[in-house]
Amino acid sequence: MKDQTLKQQITEMATRYPASRSAVMPALHLAQAHYGYLTQDAMAEVAEYLHLPRVTVLEIATFYSLFHTRRVGKYHLQLCTNLSCMLLGAERLQRQLEQQLDIRCGETTADGRFTLTAVECLGACEMAPVMQLNDDYCGHLNEQRLAEMLQTLQEEPNSNPENGPPSS
Amino acid sequence: MYEQVLLLERRDSEYQDLAGYRLAGGYSALGSTLRDSSPEQLIDLVKEAKLRGRGGAGFPTGLKWSFVPKGNASAKWLLCNADEGEPGTFKDRIIMEQTPHLLLEGMTLAAYAIGAAKAYIYIRGEYVTAIRRLEREIQASLQAGLLGKNILGSGFDLDIYVHRGAGAYICGEETALIESLEGKRGQPRFKPPFPAVSGFYKGPTVVNNVETLACVPPIVQRGADWFRSIGSEKCPGPKLYCLSGHVRRPGLYELPMGISLRELVEQHAGGTHSGKKIKAVIPGGISAALLPEPALDVAMDFDALSAAGTMLGSAGVIVMDESTCMVRVAHRIIEFFHHESCGKCTPCREGLAWVEQMLGRIEAGEAKSGDLESMERLYGNIEGNTFCLLGDAAAMALRGVVKNFRHEFIERIQQGGRAA
Repeated sequence: MKDQTLKQQITEMATRYPASRSAVMPALHLAQAHYGYLTQDAMAEVAEYLHLPRVTVLEIATFYSLFHTRRVGKYHLQLCTNLSCMLLGAERLQRQLEQQLDIRCGETTADGRFTLTAVECLGACEMAPVMQLNDDYCGHLNEQRLAEMLQTLQEEPNSNPENGPPSS
Repeated sequence: MYEQVLLLERRDSEYQDLAGYRLAGGYSALGSTLRDSSPEQLIDLVKEAKLRGRGGAGFPTGLKWSFVPKGNASAKWLLCNADEGEPGTFKDRIIMEQTPHLLLEGMTLAAYAIGAAKAYIYIRGEYVTAIRRLEREIQASLQAGLLGKNILGSGFDLDIYVHRGAGAYICGEETALIESLEGKRGQPRFKPPFPAVSGFYKGPTVVNNVETLACVPPIVQRGADWFRSIGSEKCPGPKLYCLSGHVRRPGLYELPMGISLRELVEQHAGGTHSGKKIKAVIPGGISAALLPEPALDVAMDFDALSAAGTMLGSAGVIVMDESTCMVRVAHRIIEFFHHESCGKCTPCREGLAWVEQMLGRIEAGEAKSGDLESMERLYGNIEGNTFCLLGDAAAMALRGVVKNFRHEFIERIQQGGRAA
């Protein structure tokens, strides 16, 4: 079932640019926010609304690392492992996350609650070591803070374990 | 005592919205320019101030603006490069979060100078707080008549849009940014033609960094002489420095361009947090070659750092104390560049993959004698053989580590495994 709101948002977005093709990235952001991740159908919708070949949309969705063509957990933990964070212990924190969640970087827990990704510099080195939890930055991390954070997130009731599309 | 003009939030956090920014004198520069100055006069003022681009290249901003052809033959574009991805750098994020209107006013002035009616802020996708704040404040400016049609009754029109990136370091390169904004993969274009002649949808385009644009309102308000009175003759003005790594007081510092790197690290940032000796400092984001501790008495400006074999870059200063393993640092730096290579040019795409493997073997103690020399030949062949500077930056950064800490690589090769 296609969503008229999404269509409207994408069409409006296209008016900001001299050619609708420029709206492909904002459209993919909108579609991803709407569906949770970029399914084949979601990408086909974007292609249709912007009058682009499907392959063009796929090409963009797979070039940029913030677009996900696979399901992402309810909590996406993106740990910075670049130099400033590495110097302050990011490698230890990565091992801790992998152990506690029992997954490797790039994987999602079986219950769909957590996805763990090691990422390049998040542009917040003043609060290194830093991690992005969904949209929010969590800085000045250490083992204890991280353990507490994980516990809070693990205890939260998982109302939407599949993290799928909203039931509209 | 140096007076901060870019980091207004240090005095008051009220600058985040339009009312607070205006109370502090915000938009008086735009008002006086639209009333009293022609675009040519504004370009001359910025030339006279000798403002140089803060994104890394240090190109004179007024000169860049003057390359845009006059007249209305085709639409002109102003693009703000807010795709801050250089590891060790966070200055643009803090400007956009704390004083979004300083950027918006700077962009409006720049658009007036070059005759652009539309401008885009290409911002990295992770900067969600800055994106929301900018979008909110653009709406506030539209309602206040500071953006949109007939700005402040001057007849000048401008719309500014926020364009959210999606995680690609390469899009900080200006031609890759333009490609990405046209809805394509972010891959650099061959230059010439330069964007000022043929850029966004082949129209004349100026791409300026956030901090560069933020310098424009203070220049208009206080004059070119004031700007030139800060810093050195060829590299004047205020400068933001990002301090991180093994340092006692990490954070963003606004100080004159050309301050000594040693003073910046030891006095302002308080030296190492561990109390251990400094081993080396990267002065301008990880693309810049590191400087060993004895070389820290160098001025933080474009020319002095270039003469020292490195660069000011994004002024992302990363401090490493004596406990740091330089083989690990080299390997991590090259992992980054290999990951971020866009894949367009073979020397960068394939060369960096090989260099990364070789560094992996050296770090794991599985390298043979002669491997270090092979690696040096390999990265020497990346330099100068690619469309953009990503491959060059990787080679420059790695050469800096190997040149200054060669013995650590040799020890690791000779001993095998982790050195004691």
